[in-house]
Amino acid sequence: MSATADTVTCDACPIRCVIKPGRTGSCDRYGNTDGVLVRMDPLLVLQRAQEHGDALVPFAAREGDWEGELVPTADTFLTGAGSGTTYPDYKPAPFIVSATVDGVDMVTVVTEAIFSYCGVNVKIDTDRHIGAEQQVVRAEGQAVGHVTTGQYGSQMLSLGGVNHLTGGTKREGLVTMRVLLALCSGEAAELAVDEGATLVVQAGRPPVINGVVEERMRVGCGSATIGMFARQWFEHVDEVVVVDDHITGVLSEHQAGRYLEIPPTGIKVLGRRSTPGRYFNVANPGTHWGGTDVEDPLSILGPWDPAVARPGLTLLMIGTTGEHHAYFVLDDELRPVARDLPEDLRESVERIRDNCEPAMTSVLFMAGAGGSLRAGATVNPVALTRSVGRTLTKVTCGGAPVYVWPGGGITFMVDVSRVPPGAFGYVPTPALVAPLEFTLRRDDYEELGGHVEAIVPLDEVVARSDVRHLSSLPDNPWPVEPPEPPS
Amino acid sequence: MSAATPLAGSAGPFAALTPDGSRLHLQHGPIDLIVEAFGRPTQVRDAYARAWDRFRTILDELVAELPLLRRPLGEPPSGAVARRMAVAVRPFADVFITPMAAVAGAVADEVLAATIQDGDLDRAYVNDGGDIALFLTPGERFDVGLVPVPDQPALLGTATILASDPARGVATSGRGGRSFSFGIADAVTVLANSGARADAAATVIANAVDLPGHRAVSRTAANALAPDSDLGDRPVTVEVGPLGADEVAAALDAGLAEAERRRAGGLIEAAVLCLRGQVAVAGPVIASAAGRPDEISARARR
Repeated sequence: MSATADTVTCDACPIRCVIKPGRTGSCDRYGNTDGVLVRMDPLLVLQRAQEHGDALVPFAAREGDWEGELVPTADTFLTGAGSGTTYPDYKPAPFIVSATVDGVDMVTVVTEAIFSYCGVNVKIDTDRHIGAEQQVVRAEGQAVGHVTTGQYGSQMLSLGGVNHLTGGTKREGLVTMRVLLALCSGEAAELAVDEGATLVVQAGRPPVINGVVEERMRVGCGSATIGMFARQWFEHVDEVVVVDDHITGVLSEHQAGRYLEIPPTGIKVLGRRSTPGRYFNVANPGTHWGGTDVEDPLSILGPWDPAVARPGLTLLMIGTTGEHHAYFVLDDELRPVARDLPEDLRESVERIRDNCEPAMTSVLFMAGAGGSLRAGATVNPVALTRSVGRTLTKVTCGGAPVYVWPGGGITFMVDVSRVPPGAFGYVPTPALVAPLEFTLRRDDYEELGGHVEAIVPLDEVVARSDVRHLSSLPDNPWPVEPPEPPS
Repeated sequence: MSAATPLAGSAGPFAALTPDGSRLHLQHGPIDLIVEAFGRPTQVRDAYARAWDRFRTILDELVAELPLLRRPLGEPPSGAVARRMAVAVRPFADVFITPMAAVAGAVADEVLAATIQDGDLDRAYVNDGGDIALFLTPGERFDVGLVPVPDQPALLGTATILASDPARGVATSGRGGRSFSFGIADAVTVLANSGARADAAATVIANAVDLPGHRAVSRTAANALAPDSDLGDRPVTVEVGPLGADEVAAALDAGLAEAERRRAGGLIEAAVLCLRGQVAVAGPVIASAAGRPDEISARARR
């Protein structure tokens, strides 16, 4: 503790506690370290998982619990989580640490960045209509984002951003920040789309749309399913109906059936015909056959045309996820009679099922680490941007890999499920706080005007009592690898 | 080198639902509340909206009168929470006490009152860092876990509070908490008719669990640790060294006498006093203990 250390007055809340060196304020969240007001959240240190399958679990939940021998090696990485920030970055980043990796002296600049310019993109695996493109997405009645361009088998939301965080009312900003923080922390958020659906979304979980959990993605719509499987059904069955909430397909009428010269069967589907073999509105949305409310598939068929249909004609009915299927043979009165599924059709039914992926929600956090944050790394901020652009400097978010957008600035995306739990935070601006690390060779760091005088060995930081140890996520690449020299 | 976080202005009040959506988390500065209401979903939703509405100005109201609240009772404060604090500590004014001794319980009471106001809930509670205010309709109950040593997970037992019981507040005081104590208790848990009253009583009884002048107990002036402490230069306990079993028993006896005195005066329903694995109980409290007393000792020492 330095000789000049003295009491500080905390301004984190209106109480303005007067805090002596080495003590915390009445909330225990802010303390006085050497005369400086400090956030007391523990630092997060990643231990490289030794074996595949190690989960990201805390070794020590509380300060002081860690008693194991800890020798910092190439297998230890200091994340920005809990490091604090030096915003507005008139001084070096909270931690600039060095370690030797594969014989190369590496430097990692560790910080927590405050992002007003940030948001999440949410990919929701569903074919259901959740709302029209550009419609406003709300939480607690506040606009927090919009429906953006849909992707194959998925609906996409764009949430957050500076216009909602700080450009609207105070309440809009607060609610937006809460939604972003929840989604980035792997928690659920409840959303409503204007003139659309209500949603509960959570990274890594199936979406809940209008109160119904989406279990699996369809292999395709009913029409697409006919197209994909027509050749496998051809010559094994006379007629196939793929029941689907969007477009129900009929093999003999469908273009694919025509192409295979499958003869008409005299089937009558009760629905609005779109193009040959494709029917809208055979039933209402639901949780049964193909996402409809159909429990008895025959309920969507009318009487067969006696001029075309013949006794003994075979019919396969199946939903677009393969979960529901039935096989019928027409009797002498042209009434479908249920029979066991023949062996030669079983494979195609199972294949439809196997081709349906579980419906998921994924959340990518996107933010721009521009402005003064770079000054915490170097006296020449644009040099850091250029270094990142030339991939000499590796950017990670809590040790998780990021995609850095080409072009100006350091704008990156990260899969929130790869970031350690609890790594995201907030400030009341409102804005999100996320860990950010820049790792590069020490000689490169010196060259770009880095705060070389502030570099401390990694083991000095790891030996502190306020660190929390996690094992790295097995699927993440190890954040510190010496980059290949540019050719 | 330190992880410095200069702060741009004051942080505002914050509300969030727990991940499962069942509980409301309210936080502003050092106030950290968990609110849970039970009833029809629409009723619960409205209750949480009322809780948040009331909560958002509470810290500012308290800060406005903080100098007054940090002194022993004099002129009555004007804020709603501050008045609850003053009412709660007044009967204890025969010993040194400031309204701050009841702040956590009073905040819990005030937010609970807003939560249940004009609503149709079955039951509800507001937990302010271990100081709890309860609401029960006839036939309902709460089981409150008792922890002998804060920061350790062992559970001493469960106090069951029925709608027919008079207790509507549960508070715990001791050396494990955030505030200073004149005494050496690990934890004193009190059941009283409000959160604020339980909070004040727990503080007073925990102060009485003591071994005055014992050399194993080191004390320091409160304002040497926290310059703005309401306790001024009065000595507060900073460390307790090894104690013999009979010394522990003597300290607990002193606390128990204080608890019985307050119970006889109608200020509390019951109290559970814990120190170094020994437990003393005043009044009818433990509906289901976690084990026989010797087993409790073993668990508490773990």
